[in-house]
Amino acid sequence: MDATEIGLWGVPLAMLGGAIRVSTPFIFVSLGEAITERSGRINLGLEGTLVFGAMSAYAVAVMTGSPWLGLLAAAAAGFCFGLFHGWICKFRGVNDIAIGIALMLFGSGLAFFFGKPFIQPSAPDLPAIPFGGWSNVPQVQAALNINVLFLIGAALAVFLWWAFRNTRAGLILRVVGDSSDAARAMGLNPNTVRLIATGIGGALAGIGGAYLSLYYPGSWTEGISSGQGLMAVALVIFARWNPLGCFAAALLFGGAGALGPALQSVGVTQGYYLFYAAPYILTLVIMIATSSPSRSLAGAPGELSITR
Amino acid sequence: MSDRGKKALGVETIGMSMRFGAFTALDDVSIKVPAGSFHALLGENGAGKSTLVKCIMGFYHPTAGDILIDGREVGIASPKDASALGLGMVYQHFTLVPSLTGAENLVISREKVPRIIDWRNERAALAQFMERMPFKLPLDVKVAELAAGEKQKLEIIKQLYLGRSFLVLDEPTSVLTPGEAQEVLGLVRGMTKAGDLTVLMISHKFHEVTAFADDITVLRKGRLTGTGKVSELSHKQMAAMMIGDQPIAALDSRAPVPVGARQILTVKALKAPDRTGLKTINIGELDVKSGEIVGVAGISGNGQKEFLEVLAGQRTRDAGDVLVKGSPYGASRAEARTLNVRFIPEEPLRNACAPRMTVAENMAFRTFDLNEAGKPISWIRMSAIRDYATRLVEQFKVKTASLASPIASLSGGNVQRAVLARELTGEVDLLIVSNPCFGLDFSAVAEIRARIMKARNAGAAVLLMSEDLDELLELSDRIFVMSDGSLVYETPIAQASVQTIGEHMAGHH
Repeated sequence: MDATEIGLWGVPLAMLGGAIRVSTPFIFVSLGEAITERSGRINLGLEGTLVFGAMSAYAVAVMTGSPWLGLLAAAAAGFCFGLFHGWICKFRGVNDIAIGIALMLFGSGLAFFFGKPFIQPSAPDLPAIPFGGWSNVPQVQAALNINVLFLIGAALAVFLWWAFRNTRAGLILRVVGDSSDAARAMGLNPNTVRLIATGIGGALAGIGGAYLSLYYPGSWTEGISSGQGLMAVALVIFARWNPLGCFAAALLFGGAGALGPALQSVGVTQGYYLFYAAPYILTLVIMIATSSPSRSLAGAPGELSITR
Repeated sequence: MSDRGKKALGVETIGMSMRFGAFTALDDVSIKVPAGSFHALLGENGAGKSTLVKCIMGFYHPTAGDILIDGREVGIASPKDASALGLGMVYQHFTLVPSLTGAENLVISREKVPRIIDWRNERAALAQFMERMPFKLPLDVKVAELAAGEKQKLEIIKQLYLGRSFLVLDEPTSVLTPGEAQEVLGLVRGMTKAGDLTVLMISHKFHEVTAFADDITVLRKGRLTGTGKVSELSHKQMAAMMIGDQPIAALDSRAPVPVGARQILTVKALKAPDRTGLKTINIGELDVKSGEIVGVAGISGNGQKEFLEVLAGQRTRDAGDVLVKGSPYGASRAEARTLNVRFIPEEPLRNACAPRMTVAENMAFRTFDLNEAGKPISWIRMSAIRDYATRLVEQFKVKTASLASPIASLSGGNVQRAVLARELTGEVDLLIVSNPCFGLDFSAVAEIRARIMKARNAGAAVLLMSEDLDELLELSDRIFVMSDGSLVYETPIAQASVQTIGEHMAGHH
């Protein structure tokens, strides 16, 4: 069937579908980063973790035939990357941003090194649930074919939002992120809390990577992430460290990212490459619009090195 | 929930000594704080007050000496042990977590917090607990949004919530208005009288000590130099115990402001955004004449810092004029030089120095690119910088190991002296000063105030912002009160009353 059959309605529909499809890695990476940043550290290395997670998930899925084992492998690899970042950052004079950049390059490089043999073979996909069965329009069915990870991500966002306020772990995380002194006065060790937070953040980023290689786009290539891990970090700041905000922002970015392909599918042939840049332009515009030369960011964790 | 069945504790130290390497911070100090008393610990910076308190609270392990609680010897190896025994401390700087609400702060500081917090139960329990407390506080507001006095009350409430019955208060009123200070100390005093609490308060303010404390202990250079009942001691005797026989710089007597003195600084209809960008500061009209000190009082966070930043050129203004001697002033280096404007910001190490550059370089910031005749030069002469600094160091008695040491290695008082030397040398028509004596000891404070007074008597117009009302009352010719971003009250010093100023500071008018 032809995309033009439902006319220009195809564009918002494709964007909705695209938003759901494209946003999932953003959701996981940004939720992971939100946990890490709420503890008072920035992990820019999540881009590398994302790529390494994509590679390890794909490799394990190819070898075992199970996408779920691949997912677990990606989470475990991401957890290790996060722990490594958290462990190095506890030393005096170590800058979390510099370590993050180093780990970003290290993670990508390591993934390319181990991932070479897995570019050719194909791995089983993560399952999706067809929510569009009620409609016989194929575009609707395609848009509402939703991967389980998206649903898990949505639930996780709500859970984190609740947990930051209603659980001991959530409150401890916020205490450590806002004031190391207060945390120490309470007998908490900020480094341990941050180590765990960075580890969990890394694991979530790894899961985001698994989604990339095992569902959409669904294969392992070296250019698989194209900076999504970095954008997710920016997204956390835009979302003001609020998990629900992260989820909404991820959807927005996903939708923007789907604009180019959607226009192409309805037959716009001129300048659609410009629309491929939409997410990046959106990042810039949002960052400029929400920042100010004369006031500091509201809601920023007090211990974060970029806002301190 | 904690049980508050515990009654006040009596604490005693015997022969407490603490050495760090060759340095003796505390030398054989024995103090006795009976249960239910309000005890004041006096001393200059570095006298060993906080060392003593940290030994009691388990942060330090004393080299020698014992601690007795209710007459029984106890071992306190860590802050945890101290809390378990019912000893608590309220720090000078807040230890509450700003982005958490009061309720969240209280619950998370508890020894045992359930994995999942049932807020309905917790709120009910907190409400019940607050009913027994002398202070009323909003617990559902983020701590960052509380006033300083409310934060201080919450700190004290936190200690009581945790079941502590011996409290160390470290300069508890340094961030409060006179009214708030009276209220907080009065309520704490009431609890000690009722026998629920014992208090050991570190303080600099004699009038507070006289009004609220039962007994005092004075330390100097790590030794106990005096102790006694407050009712039997005068301020003069207390000061003598604190500073010994070292000379204190006397304030010049105040030369009368000449009639028709020239107006130096004029601020008109100034508007600028504050730090959050949500509120604006709004200075209607302010002028400072040659030979007078105009003080600006206010609780921190009411826009003084932003006002100062505008004057210093660190913050852009939305509207309004700043004129110095009639010409517009934008705080550029050239304007500051031609109009003779000098600036002593608060926390000088951070705001007026390059911490890792040497003392000599820092002292030359105003003049390094000029020759003796005041003309710009293209090659900098290190020898000239050194000679200049040598002169100033001697003149202003800056204690430094060498001119080539980084200025960050100097003590707070000496950094302030170095900055004063730089700013007060040469012709000064306008001097803008903010909290010049914050955290400095007795003799440094006296000397710095004397220097400012001297500059005034020599004809400089001085704008002095301070959170220390005593300082303003001592130095100013006129006092403004800043509240919520505007100047809300003006009084000449002759008619100034602490009561009225305090009320305006708190915004009760």
